[in-house]
Amino acid sequence: MNLQVLAQVNSFLAALVLLTAFAMLSQRKINSLVTLFAWQGLFLSINTAVVGFVASKHHLYISSLLTLSIKVILLPYILHVLVVRLKIRKEVETIVNIPTTMLIGIALVIFSYHLTAPVREMSTLITRSTLAVALATVMIGLLMMITRKHAVTQIIGFLAMENGLFFAATSATYGMPLVVELGVALDVLIAAFIFGIFFFHISTTFDSLSVEQMESLREDN
Amino acid sequence: MKALTLIFIEILQAIVVIALAPAFAGWVDVLKCWTQGRTSAGVMQPYRNIAKLFVKDVVIADNASWIFRFTPYLVFGSAVVVGSVVPIISMNLFLAPSADIIVVIAIFATARFFMALAGMDIGTAFGGMGASREMMVASLTEPAILMAIFTVSLAGRSTSLLHIARAFASGALVLRPSIVFAGIAFVLVVIAETGRIPVDNPSTHLELTMIHEAMILEYSGRHLALIEWGAMIRFFLFVTLGIACFLPWGIAVTDNAGDIATSVFLMVIKLGIAGAVLVLIETGLAKMRLFRLTEFLGAAFLMATLGVIAFFILE
Amino acid sequence: MILLGLIITPFVAALILAFIGDRRFAPAINIFCSFLTLMAAVALAIEVYNHGPIIAGGKFFFVDAFSVYLSVLTAFVSMTTAVFSRGYMQREREHGRVGHVRMRFYHAMFQMFMFAMLLCLLTNNIGVLWISMELATLSTVLLVSLYRTPNAIEAAWKYFILCGVGIAQALFGTVLLYFAAEKVIGEGGEALLWTNLIGVSGSLEPTVLSLAFVFLVVGYGTKVGLVPLHNWLPDAHSEGPTPISAVLSGLLLNIALYALVRCKVLVDGSTHTHYAGNIMMGFGIVSIVVASFSILRQKDIKRMFSYSSIEHMGIATFAFGLGGSIATFGALLHMLMHSLTKSSIFFTVGHACQMHRTQEIARIKGLFKGDPFVGWSLILGAMAIAGMPPFGVFTSEFLILTATIKDVPLLAPFILIGLGVAFAGLLRKVQYMVSGDVASYFEPIKTARAPVVFHMALVLVLAFYIPDFLNKWFQAAVELLK
Repeated sequence: MNLQVLAQVNSFLAALVLLTAFAMLSQRKINSLVTLFAWQGLFLSINTAVVGFVASKHHLYISSLLTLSIKVILLPYILHVLVVRLKIRKEVETIVNIPTTMLIGIALVIFSYHLTAPVREMSTLITRSTLAVALATVMIGLLMMITRKHAVTQIIGFLAMENGLFFAATSATYGMPLVVELGVALDVLIAAFIFGIFFFHISTTFDSLSVEQMESLREDN
Repeated sequence: MKALTLIFIEILQAIVVIALAPAFAGWVDVLKCWTQGRTSAGVMQPYRNIAKLFVKDVVIADNASWIFRFTPYLVFGSAVVVGSVVPIISMNLFLAPSADIIVVIAIFATARFFMALAGMDIGTAFGGMGASREMMVASLTEPAILMAIFTVSLAGRSTSLLHIARAFASGALVLRPSIVFAGIAFVLVVIAETGRIPVDNPSTHLELTMIHEAMILEYSGRHLALIEWGAMIRFFLFVTLGIACFLPWGIAVTDNAGDIATSVFLMVIKLGIAGAVLVLIETGLAKMRLFRLTEFLGAAFLMATLGVIAFFILE
Repeated sequence: MILLGLIITPFVAALILAFIGDRRFAPAINIFCSFLTLMAAVALAIEVYNHGPIIAGGKFFFVDAFSVYLSVLTAFVSMTTAVFSRGYMQREREHGRVGHVRMRFYHAMFQMFMFAMLLCLLTNNIGVLWISMELATLSTVLLVSLYRTPNAIEAAWKYFILCGVGIAQALFGTVLLYFAAEKVIGEGGEALLWTNLIGVSGSLEPTVLSLAFVFLVVGYGTKVGLVPLHNWLPDAHSEGPTPISAVLSGLLLNIALYALVRCKVLVDGSTHTHYAGNIMMGFGIVSIVVASFSILRQKDIKRMFSYSSIEHMGIATFAFGLGGSIATFGALLHMLMHSLTKSSIFFTVGHACQMHRTQEIARIKGLFKGDPFVGWSLILGAMAIAGMPPFGVFTSEFLILTATIKDVPLLAPFILIGLGVAFAGLLRKVQYMVSGDVASYFEPIKTARAPVVFHMALVLVLAFYIPDFLNKWFQAAVELLK
């Protein structure tokens, strides 16, 4: 395959990552949210492998496999089990309505595009244009965490941010050194372990996983 | 001589559009019946409906103004005008250079505006309700469709349909995220614009859920026939517009009779497939609550905007 | 070798403590391991003092004056905290707030936290710096929620989410830093090593580094607790067990600030402007003013002192941002003083809270009569942290203020207002708690006096006399950071 086609595949996958980010932002059902998250991880993993192939950076294959196993298989599985175990069926409530969040999301994409302009201009990599998408994914993950009241959605937002960061590393520099990638993956795993414990604590203490009830610690009390 | 040929093709296309539109609508109905396990009335049913309406008398309310009488002609006329400028069977049309995509959308919008006025003209409750709903839908679809079209015109470097179709048809087949997004947005918008499920149900008889049908409740006879026919042409045109923008391969570039024949043949196949896709969407979804529409069309707008953004970021 | 010992000890200790679980001698092992860590840190410090910076482990570790001073501080405070926590956690168990499983968890995670912080300080790789910072967060999240009360879970959740978000921004900043470094140094792990980066910082692309710094300051700034990124801090510090509050306030904030300052040095080297410094000064000033006014409104004693931590971190951040030898010296000294004073205050507060079984300021009273030692150490600690003269915090604040008046006189009033308000707020509330009659629900407890006395004595001594070696250390660190 020639480089041109691969570059197109790369940007197409980037577009799909962005699309899944927005789809997650618009999704109300937690189950679908988990599925979307897995899709995002899958696109990311394929993209990493493609970039690894284009740049002939073999450690990216390892990162790709790591993403595949952790973010596509393991984490969605854990989340799914938790959702079933904790009997979460209610639709997610949002603080800001969905169309508005979408508009904010679009604004964030444009913002990221401008923010990454200096990097794009300096970079010579074929993946340079996807950095804006990566930052946008981070921002949208952040937005999701802010505008959703449910603990599981907040976690998915957090993990989506992590996806975006991983993507950023791939597109800006063809991946961080392996030791860092592994360390970050380890941190994500520990975080997964911790939020798993948390879900149980929250649901037993508050009777539901809605973060709304958690507002006793405020300044105006 | 050259000009004459062009005019001839022009007229040919207009006739094809006017004549084929009910057949396309019929095809979609047939497919829909099949997927739902019903026996269909055949592809020709819309022609029979129109013919039947034309022989019936027109009944007009006493308080109807000229707008009410004038609108059916305007709706039909505007559809025919658009039908003769969009490159459907050939890119070499006499009027094709004037087929700016924004103008096309504006012509449709004019027809819709008069339709809404006519809906309110009599002063019945359903007419007014339909008009207000239609305007709500319009206010949401128009930004989305313009965004989708901007994406396409950015890629084609022109807002002229002709240039876009030419640029695409001659360019290599490339994977462009922006066009894919714009394409998806366009499909969503077409569904809303032409009043299909999940936005509106074209065959509904329940007044409370009507949008388009509510506006034309007071029409009868040839007026209704013209409006229905106009709506069919409009549906047909939106699909062909999509084809011209996103799948222009195969539309004749020369005036050669053979080319045009191939073009017509390919067009029929593409339309058949497009109809099938629309039907799949229609049968796969339930009609939405009216207030969910904002989200549906918001998604369309989002897709289109993502298309524009992807164009700048990724291409 | 010593270095390896320093880093391995807490890790092994965590494993041992996780393994043996909640035995009677577990706290003793905790103290012993912390003591070993402290010895290793001191030995390392002596080596650095005598032979200069060390690069070891295939360039993986790097120790200079700045990091070794913080390592010793970390090891020291964690040891005294371990001493304090023995009695404290024992009583918490008697009060029925923690059980066997949680005690096992507490001890293991305490050591894990030490490991993460020391790794932060000793690593040469800014990627690993990020990872260990995240590890430090993760290891304390479940400690904050140790009591499983709704408030504790809420606080821990906030801590987890907000710090997770913040630290993610820092990772993005690190990616950008790597991007810039890769252009100069070439690909691979070498491009993330601080020792390599500082050598070529002049040729790193300034625009990218400026952008990176924004993300880094948001990321690590969240962990430092800079306003407006501070929301998690008062909750996490007030709802967790008091020994954890002491190390969070006294150590973790320092480590986060350390990471931020390391990055600032790189950015300064690249941009040759005061850009990074200005950002830090801005965050610092806002933190000082907002936190000091927030102190006035607090009803919970631990929350109040958490805000005081934000204020002091604001001062240190401001001083690092200001730059120059006096301010940097002041900032280093301030980190040391704040760390010692604040952890000692938390020890005292822990005692006071256990005596009254509440953290509400309104329900704590008559400490002078009830337990004079706790009463006096609380009022002296509050005076020290508020910056009253005979204590070390005064010295560092005075240095910083002097530098401010010299370099940016317009900002000096803000600091003064902040300090004044914090002073009034703290002393007014503490004075209420120590004076008056003993409450009816007061129960005397056996207090761990040694850590408190030790810390306060150090703070007092260092105010009058900074030993030569410490001075030389600070000078070396100032040279590094200027």
